[in-house]
Amino acid sequence: MSDGVMKRMGMIFRAKANKALDRAEDPRETLDYSYQKQLELLQKVRRGVADVATSRKRLELQLNQLQGQSAKLEDQGRKALALGREDLAREALSRRSALQQQVTDLETQHQTLQGEEEKLTLAAQRLQAKVDAFRTKKETIKATYTAAQAQTRIGEAFSGISEEMGDVGMAIQRAEDKTAQLQARAGALDELMASGALDDPSGMAKDDITAELDRLSGGSDVELELQRMKAELAGGSSAGQQAIESGQNGEGQSAPQQDRPRFDKQ
Amino acid sequence: MIVRIMGEGQVKLDDAHFAELNKLDDELLAEMESGDEAGFQRTLGALLDAVRRLGSPLPDDALAPSELILPSPDASLEEVREMLSDDGLIPG
Repeated sequence: MSDGVMKRMGMIFRAKANKALDRAEDPRETLDYSYQKQLELLQKVRRGVADVATSRKRLELQLNQLQGQSAKLEDQGRKALALGREDLAREALSRRSALQQQVTDLETQHQTLQGEEEKLTLAAQRLQAKVDAFRTKKETIKATYTAAQAQTRIGEAFSGISEEMGDVGMAIQRAEDKTAQLQARAGALDELMASGALDDPSGMAKDDITAELDRLSGGSDVELELQRMKAELAGGSSAGQQAIESGQNGEGQSAPQQDRPRFDKQ
Repeated sequence: MIVRIMGEGQVKLDDAHFAELNKLDDELLAEMESGDEAGFQRTLGALLDAVRRLGSPLPDDALAPSELILPSPDASLEEVREMLSDDGLIPG
């Protein structure tokens, strides 16, 4: 790889990335970088745990070996005594004593290492939990950031079409104006038709002749009512009764034509 | 190898493509040093296109350090020069 822009930027990036990275980059990248660093740290702690565990194992092996030798020397001393070689027995026991000192030292080291290992294991577990929590938080923040970006894009899109929206607004205004105008016109037409100044094309309004005929018809009803009342006052003459009956029957056949004019309303 | 295009994301590239990319990268550096803004923009565009074309994008939640980093497509010659100055990518 030549020392081009890509590589130089990469080197600078790695060298400087832990400093105010967000000024030059996507904040999501900062989070990822931070997470990556945490993972590296966790990895180091784990390696530490593994190293300590390996040392502990090695000590255990040495201890076993020394204890084996110690047992062997003790056995040799016992055999030497049995054979009457006290000098040899003494030598064996003194060597064993030296080994025992080593064993004691190693046991102390072993205990220390075990303590270290437990502490590191606990630290690794705690760090793991923290890293996991960070990962979750990081993903949440990244999602929020992405959403915010999308929101911004939508905002931009909206401002971009705002002129178009203005046109739509004008169209709505025009439609409303037109509706109001039509309503006003309809109201005016109703008034004009009611006053008789305009003909009703729907045939709902009455012409003046019909109105006059209705009035006459209403008048005949009044005449009938008068006759009925007169008959009641007279004590119910047959002629009166007949008049009332024919009146009640409305369009009875027996009523004289002049008393009950019939018109077909068109 | 993983390459990051700033502000865009990461792309995984097969090492076999580096001869082609290196050529563009060297051109880019030369144009930057000579101050050829138009050439710089053209080569940067070509380099970014090549990276996008030859590589496969890494998912957003992927966690892999980028070995190489490229300026964002809209970066100007001056900006990149500043990034590569003694002060580095980020001041401080």
